[in-house]
Amino acid sequence: MQQATAAYTEELLSVAGADLQVLKAGSGPPLIIFHDEMGQHAWLRYQQALSEHFEVLVPSHPGYGKSSRLDWIMTMRDMAGWYLQAFDELGVRDANVVGFSLGGWLAATIASLCPHYFRKMVLVGAAGIKPPEGEIFDMFMETASEYIKLTVADPLAVKEFPTVCPPTPTPELAEAWEVAREQSVRLSWRPYMHDPGLPHLLRRASGIPTLMVWGEKDRIVPTSAGQAYKEAIPGSALRIIEGSGHRPEIETTDEFLSTVLGFLKNG
Amino acid sequence: MFIGHFTERPYQDPKSGYFGATGLPIKDLTLSNEIYDPEVGADLYNRYLDEKIYADGCGFDGLMLNEHHSTPFCMGGATNVEAAILARITKNAKIVLLGNILPLWDDPLWLVEQLAMIDLISHGRLIPGWVRGTGREMVSHNIPPAYNWERFQEAHEFIVKAWTTSGPFRWEGKHYHYRYVNPWVKPYQKPHPPIWLPGVVSRDSLMWAAEKRIPYIMLATKLDPTRQAFQLYHERAAELGYKSGPQNIGYLWKVHVDETEELAEEAARKYVQGPSNPFLAGNEGTTNLALASLPGMTSRRRVLPTRTAATKYRGGVESIPYEEQIENYSISAGTPKTVLPKIRHVLETLRPGIIFFWDGDGAMTHEEQMRSLRLMKEEVIPAVREMASELDLPGPDEVDPATGEKIKANGALAAAS
Repeated sequence: MQQATAAYTEELLSVAGADLQVLKAGSGPPLIIFHDEMGQHAWLRYQQALSEHFEVLVPSHPGYGKSSRLDWIMTMRDMAGWYLQAFDELGVRDANVVGFSLGGWLAATIASLCPHYFRKMVLVGAAGIKPPEGEIFDMFMETASEYIKLTVADPLAVKEFPTVCPPTPTPELAEAWEVAREQSVRLSWRPYMHDPGLPHLLRRASGIPTLMVWGEKDRIVPTSAGQAYKEAIPGSALRIIEGSGHRPEIETTDEFLSTVLGFLKNG
Repeated sequence: MFIGHFTERPYQDPKSGYFGATGLPIKDLTLSNEIYDPEVGADLYNRYLDEKIYADGCGFDGLMLNEHHSTPFCMGGATNVEAAILARITKNAKIVLLGNILPLWDDPLWLVEQLAMIDLISHGRLIPGWVRGTGREMVSHNIPPAYNWERFQEAHEFIVKAWTTSGPFRWEGKHYHYRYVNPWVKPYQKPHPPIWLPGVVSRDSLMWAAEKRIPYIMLATKLDPTRQAFQLYHERAAELGYKSGPQNIGYLWKVHVDETEELAEEAARKYVQGPSNPFLAGNEGTTNLALASLPGMTSRRRVLPTRTAATKYRGGVESIPYEEQIENYSISAGTPKTVLPKIRHVLETLRPGIIFFWDGDGAMTHEEQMRSLRLMKEEVIPAVREMASELDLPGPDEVDPATGEKIKANGALAAAS
C-alpha cells in the first residue's frame, strides 16, 4: 500500500460470506468511501483530511484488493445487495458516503434500494447512468496505467499522480490493478458502466441529501451524466469543478475538500 | 498423419493504404471499415473458396478455416458460412474449424444446429474445433473476458450434451439457460463430430484438452516451447491413465513450395507483407497491448511456454525479419526438394500426428497459392506421408486420441473388432 501519511489502520473483516478489507482512520460520524474501478491502493491527502472530521471507512469491494471475490456477484445490484447484508452485520446505518466513478454507481444503487442506510451522499464522476451526451470512456481499451493517466486532465500537474500511478508500478500494484480490472469487467462490461434501470429507481433516494461533484474536464464520465443524476434524484445538487478531470479529489484537492466538507458538515 | 491446408483469408486491397511495407498502421480495432470495398471482398471470398476446393483434390486430409472479427487479416467472421459451402462442394477432405469462438455465443444452440447441418451436408466430414478467441473478439462481440473460460467450458458441455442426449431437456447453467433443448437436426458422426482445440497461451486450455482427450493444435509457435507445451499434454494424459501420442497433438506453420527457389522466396516474403495476423511473428501490424491482456481473459499465472508469441508487444521495428523466420523454421519455403527436409525437421522435433501447411497468406497472390498447392499434391504430400510412416506419426484417424488404440480403415476401432 502506497501511503501519504500512515494514519490509517487496516482490517480484514469476515462479513456476509466474504473477507472484507477495510481501511479506517479518524473519529466522528462515519463516512464511507467507495473506491473506483481500479481499486483502493494509496492513502491520499483528501482521505487524510476527511479523517480529521469523520471516521473514514474505505472498504475494498468484494473482488478488489484483499477482499475475496464472490462468484455470484455479476451485476452492480448484486454488489449493492451484498453491501446491504454487510451493513446489517456490521451495524452500519446513517453513514455518509462518498463514491468515486464505479464506486459512485455502487452508492447510487444502494441508495435507490435502501435509502435509509445513508445520511448524505456525494457522487464524484459517478458511472451508472447512460450519459445523455457523450459516452463513458471504455477503460478496457487501454492498459491500466494508460487509463489512469486519462482519468486526470494533466498528469504532470497533479502532485499525487505518481502516488496513484507510479512511473514503474511494483509487481504487486500491477497485479492489484489487474485484479480490480477483472472485477470491474464482471460488474460493468455490458451494458458498459451503467444500469438502464438506475435513473428510474433513484427517486427513492430523494430523502438523502445528495451532491454530485464533477470535474469540468472529465474524460471518463461526461458531465452530462452528472446532470442526469441531478434530474433523477429530486433535490440533489451538481457542482462542477473547473480545471479538474475525472479525479477532483487529487487534481483540485483543496476545492474538492471545501466543497465536500461544506456539504457534509452543513446541517 | 493428418495433413491440412490453411490460409487466414486476408482482406487484400492494394489501394487500401496499409498494404505493403509502408502506410497506415494496422493496430487492432483501430482501422475503420469505411475503406472496405465489396467488390474486393466478393472476389476474395470466391478466390479463397476456389483454393480450398482445389486443395480438396490435392490429397489434403483437412481444409482448415479459422475465425476472427473486425480485422482485415482474416475474413472468416462467420466461418460456418464458409464451412457450409465447402460441405456441399468438396468431396474428400475433412472440414476443420479451428475454430468457432465458443465464448462469443450467447445462444450456443445455434452452434449445435449449424454444425450438425454442416456435418450432415458433408456426410460426416466436419471437425468442429473450438477456440477461446482473443481480446479483439471479446470486444467486437462484447463478451466479458472475465467469463471467457467459464463460458467456453459451459458451452462445450452444453453442445456435446445437445448432440448426444435425446431431447427435450432443460439447461439451467450459469451463463446459458434453455427451457427446451430438442434441435431437429443431429450430427452425422457418432457419438458426435470430433472436437479439436488449437491454442497458444493458456495452460488451462491445454490441460483441459488433455483431460477431455481432445487433440491440441499449436498455432505458429516456436519449435522449442511448442515441444515443451506438448510434453505437458503427454504428462497430463499419463497422469490420467491413457496413452497419448502423435494423434493427440498438431502443429500449424507457414509452408510454401514453388517451382524455383527464386519464385518461392518472392512468394514467401509476402507472408510478412499486407494484413497478416499481428499476433504472429514478423508482420507489419502492431499488437494492441490492452486487447492482448484483457482482464480475466486467461489466467495470468497458468500460461504456456509458447505465450510470448501472442501477448508480447510486436510490430514495426520489433517485427521478426523474414530471414530470421526462415532460419527458425517459422517459415518453410523453397522447392519441394529443399522444403521436405525442413518439414522433416519439424516432424522429428515435435512428433505431431496432425499438421497444417499455412500458405497463400499475407500478400500472396492466387497464382502463387495455386502453384504451391499443385506441387504439394505432386511432390510434398506423398513424401510427407512416407516420412510420417517411417517416423511412426499416426494421425487421429489412424489411432484414437482418447484411447491410443489403432482405428481400422472403415473407421471402427481395431480394439472393438
